[in-house]
Amino acid sequence: MSMVAEQANPVHVRSLRKRYGPVNAVEEVDLDVRSGEVFALLGPNGAGKTTTVEILVGVRRRTSGDVRVLGRDPAEDAPEWRARIGVVPQTTGAYTDLTVREVVEHFAAFYPAPLPVAEVIDMVGLGKQARKQAQSLSGGQARRLDVAVGVVGDPDLIFLDEPTTGLDPVARREAWDLVRYFADRGKTTVLTTHYLDEVEALAQRAAVIVGGRVVESGPVAELGGRRATPAAVSFTRTDGLAASLPTLPDDAVVEEAEGLVVVRTHHPTEAMAALLPWAAASGVRELPDLRIHRPSLEEIYLDLIRSNQEGGVV
Amino acid sequence: MVLNPARSILWRAAVSRSSVELKSFFRNRQSLVFTLLLPIVLLVVLGSIFSGTVPGTHTDFKQMFIAGIIACGVMSVSFNGLAISVAIERDTGMIRRLASSPMPKSAYFVGKVVRVAVTGTLETVLLLAVAVLAFGLPLPSTAARWETLVWVLLLGGVACTLLAVAFSSVIPNARSASAIVTLPFLVLQFISGVFFPYSQLPAWMQTVAALFPLKWMTQGLRSVFLPNDFAHVEPAGVWELDRVALVLAAWCLAGLALSFLTFRWRGPNVR
Repeated sequence: MSMVAEQANPVHVRSLRKRYGPVNAVEEVDLDVRSGEVFALLGPNGAGKTTTVEILVGVRRRTSGDVRVLGRDPAEDAPEWRARIGVVPQTTGAYTDLTVREVVEHFAAFYPAPLPVAEVIDMVGLGKQARKQAQSLSGGQARRLDVAVGVVGDPDLIFLDEPTTGLDPVARREAWDLVRYFADRGKTTVLTTHYLDEVEALAQRAAVIVGGRVVESGPVAELGGRRATPAAVSFTRTDGLAASLPTLPDDAVVEEAEGLVVVRTHHPTEAMAALLPWAAASGVRELPDLRIHRPSLEEIYLDLIRSNQEGGVV
Repeated sequence: MVLNPARSILWRAAVSRSSVELKSFFRNRQSLVFTLLLPIVLLVVLGSIFSGTVPGTHTDFKQMFIAGIIACGVMSVSFNGLAISVAIERDTGMIRRLASSPMPKSAYFVGKVVRVAVTGTLETVLLLAVAVLAFGLPLPSTAARWETLVWVLLLGGVACTLLAVAFSSVIPNARSASAIVTLPFLVLQFISGVFFPYSQLPAWMQTVAALFPLKWMTQGLRSVFLPNDFAHVEPAGVWELDRVALVLAAWCLAGLALSFLTFRWRGPNVR
């Protein structure tokens, strides 16, 4: 990618570092978030995700590194730049002595072209609570009010720091719809989350941060060499099956232990096409425990974290 | 007429902040009871207990106390009320969210000033009404005394407002705010000549009180409500109005500097 195109990305981060006294909360972070995508930031608690996001939205100063958000340095804190970004911080806010509607109206007053207040309240699913005191909302409802406050300015770039933590499954799906609503309008979203299903459902690309460093980043489908990892076709041997396996795809690696046969291959369909007639020829109509397994994002993620944390200790 | 867009945003933001400030003051039981009603309750209860004249004068003790409690009322809504509200807003995520929005930073302080101006005026009017109707306080007798009333409360209110913004930075969280703010307020009330004639306090206490604005506010208001011959029991033997103005103005400047140095839009204490 050319230098110019990189600079045009809504979020451009190189060698970001944040030190608190002797502790490096963020060690070395490079990020590129492309226009119009939903980008997920993953990582265990304390890995530096929130610190990174706080630097990107200009509520925390960096120790060093190059940071451009919508083409500007967040530390400048320019009002016209603030009008184009939406922020939902990690901790849920409490809005004292105001109704839901008043809270959203209040924040709408700061933006040059806000979304209609009633529409935003409906979008986050608080239509029925609009006249209620914000303090009387449940935890999940208060979180949704936070999201409404973050997006009422119709931002071009939205930062959501664990927006669905504490939401029930229905409310989570509603929050997903909201993320898609902005994505469909060409807006860019940076999402930190602990829910990997959320990443798979919403994000095109993701970065994994462990110990203040980006250990992996790329399209969600390829994260952690996911696409390069072979699928596993497995079944349990049963009486009647021929001792030797049929001819399998060239790349197949076979492991057999205590009756469990595992065939690792990038061509699981081909492997099945060979295994099924082979079993039928032996009179076995049902291969016990037959399954095709591809590594889930969760497995890839846990592997990434495990190997990087172990690496960190050494 | 074409409005400058930056100015209309500032105007809109300031109006919105001001209306939120007033709503939260009048809807919040804690702020109503602790800052607006407490001085009125003190006036009614202590005004009914105190009797006699201030030693060395023909002035009713009650009237000296009422002049002092009006100063306390203004300090209460400006210093106490504001320090508590800033601490709550910092602790509940309001300040962080405002800082993340394009709100012009000055709009926040305009809202605070409107809050103090409205509640301070209301507090003064309520205290005056109770004092006049229930305790027979004579209203200021000359235009010059009305003028003094206005500038003493204005300068004192501004000084307390700015000091409140600075003081809020030593309040660790919203829950302890009322308690922490009450301590300096209570101590200053006792040593600044509100409940006891200032001239009867130990000298060291007078010296300490003279460092803070409340003593000068009460002295200025005594000159508004008490007969001129009361001045001879003041430490200097006169009202010292020029010094009142000087000290309060100095506190305004110090408060401004301190609030600039201590107020934070971001950082570890801004949740």
